[in-house]
Amino acid sequence: MPTPDDLHPGLVRLIEQARRTGNYDPVTDAIPYAKFMGIHVTSEGGHALTCMRYAAHLIGNPMLPALHGGTLGALLEHAAIFELLSEPEVVRIPKTINLTVEYLRSGRPRDTFARADITKHGRRVANVLIRAWQEDPGRPIAAGHAHFLLRAPPTEPAE
Amino acid sequence: MDKLESIQDLLDRVPHQRALGFRIVTFGPEEIIGFVPYDERLVGNPLTGVPHGGVVTTLLDTIGGIAVWARLERFLAMATLDLRIDYLRPSTPGADVYGRVECYKLTRNVAFTRGTAFNESPADPIAAMTATYMLNTASERRSPETPPDDADPR
Repeated sequence: MPTPDDLHPGLVRLIEQARRTGNYDPVTDAIPYAKFMGIHVTSEGGHALTCMRYAAHLIGNPMLPALHGGTLGALLEHAAIFELLSEPEVVRIPKTINLTVEYLRSGRPRDTFARADITKHGRRVANVLIRAWQEDPGRPIAAGHAHFLLRAPPTEPAE
Repeated sequence: MDKLESIQDLLDRVPHQRALGFRIVTFGPEEIIGFVPYDERLVGNPLTGVPHGGVVTTLLDTIGGIAVWARLERFLAMATLDLRIDYLRPSTPGADVYGRVECYKLTRNVAFTRGTAFNESPADPIAAMTATYMLNTASERRSPETPPDDADPR
């Protein structure tokens, strides 16, 4: 039996709608943290382009100034999840197993974009590579890879 | 002003720490403990009220940096090289998210850290992290002079 977390009826309905319309704002608006971080998702040819809109509260180094490293980790995780949700066969919210972030350049106080590639889409686990940039996609500021749990094992007993 | 207060004062000047309400509770060369109070704005799953993983990542990245400073016994410009988070279980809805990190190895250029996030007890962790930090990053940008190599305690 799936747990309520697996079903997540409201959000799943919003995601299905977003897949059709390409407008993910109702989904990100329903996730408080995504809203807090200024996460916006646009769909391009069936793939998600995730943007973290600049806001002063994202700054982690006021001297440079630079975005907080943690915010880039959060952006990469969002980008991977939204790319997975763009896949028609993903019907539940993927659970992050782990995430590795490589910091390449400091994040300047401006909008940051991220795109994810699903390197392997297994039955239960997906491997995802993610890249974030600001002005030039050829000059990434962060890169990462992550594993996501797509579904519980079929034998999982009901609680 | 004691050490803990001066660190908190420094953190309060960082907009993102302020936005998260980050508080430091233990500051020492062995370990650093801090927390982000439960806040509905930080929820990642609106159905369960569980805080988003990004909060855990940010908390542990922050505490990791402080752990390096504590081990160095001074503030040095540095940059996170990489950070890995393993999510072990969802954070408890309504509970503060604590993080504890130690800097277990310091070399001339690189600091190595490991830590966990938890609600009540480190024995029941939410997440495990390892992160490495590059030291002396400001001097590379600023001055052609060679920075003092006193970062390595050996």
